[in-house]
Amino acid sequence: MNLTVHDGQLLALLGPTGAGKTTLLNVIAGIVDYEGNVLFDGESVDDKPASKRGVGYVFQDLALFPHLDVASNIAYGLKVQKKPLSEIEEKVDELLKLMKIEHLKNRYPRDLSGGERQRAALARTLAISPRILLLDEPLNNLDRCTRRYLRAEIRQMQKQLNVTTIFVTHDVEEAEEIGDNVAVIINGKLRQVGTPGDVFSSPVDDEVADLIGSQNVLICSSYRHIGGGLYEVNCKGTRIVVACEGSIINKIAIPAKEIYFYNDKPVGPKVNTYKGTILEILSPSSSVVKMRVKVGENTLLAELPKDLFNSLGLAEGKEIFLKLKLKSIRAYT
Amino acid sequence: MERFGHLRGIMPLAALVALWEIVTRFNLIPGRFFLPPFTVVLQELFYMTISGVLLNHLLRSLIRVLVGFLAGSALGIMVGIMMGYSKVMDEALNPIISLLYPIPAMGWLPLLMLWIGIGEALPITIIFICSFFPVAYATATGIKSVDKKLIKAAETLGASPRTILTTLVLPLALPTIFTGLRLEAGMAWRVIIAAEMIAIPTGIGALFMQAESLIRTDIIIVCLIVLAVMSFSFEKVFQYLESKLCRWAKHFDES
Repeated sequence: MNLTVHDGQLLALLGPTGAGKTTLLNVIAGIVDYEGNVLFDGESVDDKPASKRGVGYVFQDLALFPHLDVASNIAYGLKVQKKPLSEIEEKVDELLKLMKIEHLKNRYPRDLSGGERQRAALARTLAISPRILLLDEPLNNLDRCTRRYLRAEIRQMQKQLNVTTIFVTHDVEEAEEIGDNVAVIINGKLRQVGTPGDVFSSPVDDEVADLIGSQNVLICSSYRHIGGGLYEVNCKGTRIVVACEGSIINKIAIPAKEIYFYNDKPVGPKVNTYKGTILEILSPSSSVVKMRVKVGENTLLAELPKDLFNSLGLAEGKEIFLKLKLKSIRAYT
Repeated sequence: MERFGHLRGIMPLAALVALWEIVTRFNLIPGRFFLPPFTVVLQELFYMTISGVLLNHLLRSLIRVLVGFLAGSALGIMVGIMMGYSKVMDEALNPIISLLYPIPAMGWLPLLMLWIGIGEALPITIIFICSFFPVAYATATGIKSVDKKLIKAAETLGASPRTILTTLVLPLALPTIFTGLRLEAGMAWRVIIAAEMIAIPTGIGALFMQAESLIRTDIIIVCLIVLAVMSFSFEKVFQYLESKLCRWAKHFDES
């Protein structure tokens, strides 16, 4: 595998469990033996042991030292470097403040919640001012809500500190949201690297596409801002509302799983609601049914669970109502 | 409420002592038990303390225990660390230690009597042996049980192997090591008494035997009291040390 990460960038390393993401991080950190070359700023670090590489590594299970309180955990890397006590104290306080865990200063890891441990582990790693930050599925054991919050916080902090970061995840949505670039690893091989937009709208092969989930990529002929970060785009005559951070939209991607079908006109706001015709039903006997549906001039691929498919009584040629989930539609330049 | 707790603990003992006193004073026990009243025992304890006899023997036993125990534990910890860190060492020493570990300390006595003869070296060596094996074993176990992930984490934070040993591995292995030490502390007293009873002319154990031959039950009971107090104190000392050094582990217990 050949991977380049640019200075100050956050690279999301995406792949299924067992793909080799953690192994890659271990190689970069130098805590396993490996064949090959690892270069920091063009200089080889292969003969440097882990303790000399200056890599900050937040492990998947955090590995906080149970016999030290939070402050001592954070101070560990600095104490090892024999920094003066006053300097250490200052830095620890700074990080406690940054990670918003000042009130946990003297607690032990055992008494912390998952999110709190996460912050403590991050603070400990940041204390040594690493030139490279490795985060191995750091948000894995958290509930969705905390996960979202921390994700945004990590993103913000990374930008603030401008530290080159690799963020490992198996969550596709997370990779897309957090990364400047996304690298997809499957079965120990690097499959694709690019911006989230590139990777998600144009997966390089079937396995990557499977990982990401089928997407309907539609080219937009025009778009207009309708306020509050919402845009209305025009794809071959069909108007679709999407949420977008940027200001230029050339294409959108609609996940096949996020198309919802109704026999009768659905109640509620009419946004992104259409009438369509089922063109073709693919793999009707598997647990997930794929269908091609015509909406205006567009043909969309949809995926739904078998029992839902059955309960709706869908058949080829049938007219159906469908709704696109606004939140799930991605807009790209 | 705490105070009440302590008082409540003493009540059964006080009751027993009262019963003892009454039963002996009123001659309710057959003569062949030679059981003196509690107050007579107290008297004897007083005399023995004043005359320095008790202190003399106690000190001898104590020194033997301390020297043997400290030496055995220190070596045990060092060997344990080696075994915990080096697979080769572990594989080499484990079978030997596992074989020798179960031998009761007193089992070594005949051999040691032949090799060392009767003198101060004998009880100290026995205590040394009976401390060494369990402590080495506990240390090796404690060290091996430290989560490797933590060691890797410390590595990435810049710690050298020696720093990792002193700041991470040893502290984390301490609770297990302490368990070994605590068990051995109690054991050491039992062993020293037995060794002194059989082979040594001085010490509390020897005092036991002398008292027995003179049918001085009061002295015997004094020795028993002293023994109980020493064992208890040792245990308490270790509990205290453990609570100070392993405060983080207490958290595990509390939650």
